[in-house]
Amino acid sequence: MTERLSIAGAPSATRAPIVDGWLAAAALAVAAAYVRIIWFTPPEATQGLAQKIYYLHLPAALNAYIAFAVVAVTSIVYLWLRDPRADRVAEASAEVGLLFTTVVLTTGPIWGKPIWGTWWTWDARLTLTLFLWFIYAGYLVLRGAIPEPEMRARYSAVLGILGALLIPFIHMSVYLFRTLHPMPIVLKPDRPSLPPEMLQTLLFSFAAFFLAYLALVRARYRLAVERALLAERESHSEGER
Amino acid sequence: MAAPAMPTAPELPELLRAAWLIARKDLAIEFRTRTAFFSAVVFALLGLTIFYFAWDATAVAAIDLAPGVLWVIFTFSGLLGLQRSFGVEQADRAMDALLAAPVDREAIYLGKAIANFLFVAGVQAISIPALALFYNVPLAGVWLPLAGIALLAAIGLVAVGTLFSAMAVNTRLAELLLPMLSLPFFIPVVTAAAQTTARLLAGRPAAEAWPWLRILLGFDLVFVVACAIAFPYTLDE
Repeated sequence: MTERLSIAGAPSATRAPIVDGWLAAAALAVAAAYVRIIWFTPPEATQGLAQKIYYLHLPAALNAYIAFAVVAVTSIVYLWLRDPRADRVAEASAEVGLLFTTVVLTTGPIWGKPIWGTWWTWDARLTLTLFLWFIYAGYLVLRGAIPEPEMRARYSAVLGILGALLIPFIHMSVYLFRTLHPMPIVLKPDRPSLPPEMLQTLLFSFAAFFLAYLALVRARYRLAVERALLAERESHSEGER
Repeated sequence: MAAPAMPTAPELPELLRAAWLIARKDLAIEFRTRTAFFSAVVFALLGLTIFYFAWDATAVAAIDLAPGVLWVIFTFSGLLGLQRSFGVEQADRAMDALLAAPVDREAIYLGKAIANFLFVAGVQAISIPALALFYNVPLAGVWLPLAGIALLAAIGLVAVGTLFSAMAVNTRLAELLLPMLSLPFFIPVVTAAAQTTARLLAGRPAAEAWPWLRILLGFDLVFVVACAIAFPYTLDE
């Protein structure tokens, strides 16, 4: 009966290390990105210091998109192969994606207040980001509402795929909404040629955030494995009683 | 019911026939009890009334409010019907009998969706005239295109809502989860329907409404197909 306790994808080491190496490296990288953003990148000419939040805002947004793309792909893989590992990656990625979207939705208004003069405006990109947040918040609520692991995986895979199908439609409607009600402010100054110092900082920050994404997903994945093991052990001991 | 003779595609009429049987079963339950339909209609009328008093009627013309009010109300009263769609199958584990029936899983989805569609269309058939009455909307020249928009939007709402209803009944949160899952998906439908309605009522040229109508059509097409494919995955195997 002991072989039933092995879970697909479980790490071979039974004991988790006290310091997660990946998380530590990611924390260092993000800290280094902050140092670089604050002290080693020149302020933007017209926006001043407020523009520096851009180096957090954009990498967080890009990584959130990556995270949700991973949710969609792993959801398809789950329905196809029924591999619980795909479901765990989807769960981890959705949580981290929601975290990054929250970062986007908090850093945005902090920048918007001094630059636009308002915390929030119903601009297309802001609205889209808010709806993304709603979709994946719903995804995680759904996961929390189903105790049975196999059914939870199936249902959330269905939602993960439909959510990805929905994004283009929300994208089209919010952009159409905006073009018919033109906003006086251009969302982002279109800068195809970012000065090299700024571009380097942006890329550095993106890499740091991507590392943070990987480390968080990895940590969250291991937690899911531990939980599955624990649930298996509990149902096992209940069966013996 | 006369089965249409289509020898080239023998599966589709069979699927539709099975779907219609299931839809008829649901409609018969609804027709005999009338609880959900009655409450959805009263809910819609209540909504129309409350919305009117939520705005300053002297500052905002009723005709400007009408399209938004109409679509918000349809969305929420539609949820009442969708909630019941698979809720009725919970009693006495009727769902197991439905799954044991010799019909395709897609037919179950389609049948439920047809019943829900007729439910929502029925609510619309009562609340659109009520809106015209309460909000003083002249429907004379526009009722036909308005009915078209209403039906297109109802297809989109029902396609997604039926699938999520099947999922939500099996979860711990049931009633709470359906709106949480559905409403983000209703955003493009409601936005497109309200924008098209507003242009229609304002007498704008049809070309202005076309981009919105295209979103509505695309949504219907994509999600009817996607949800019919996804539905079997939400059933216990």
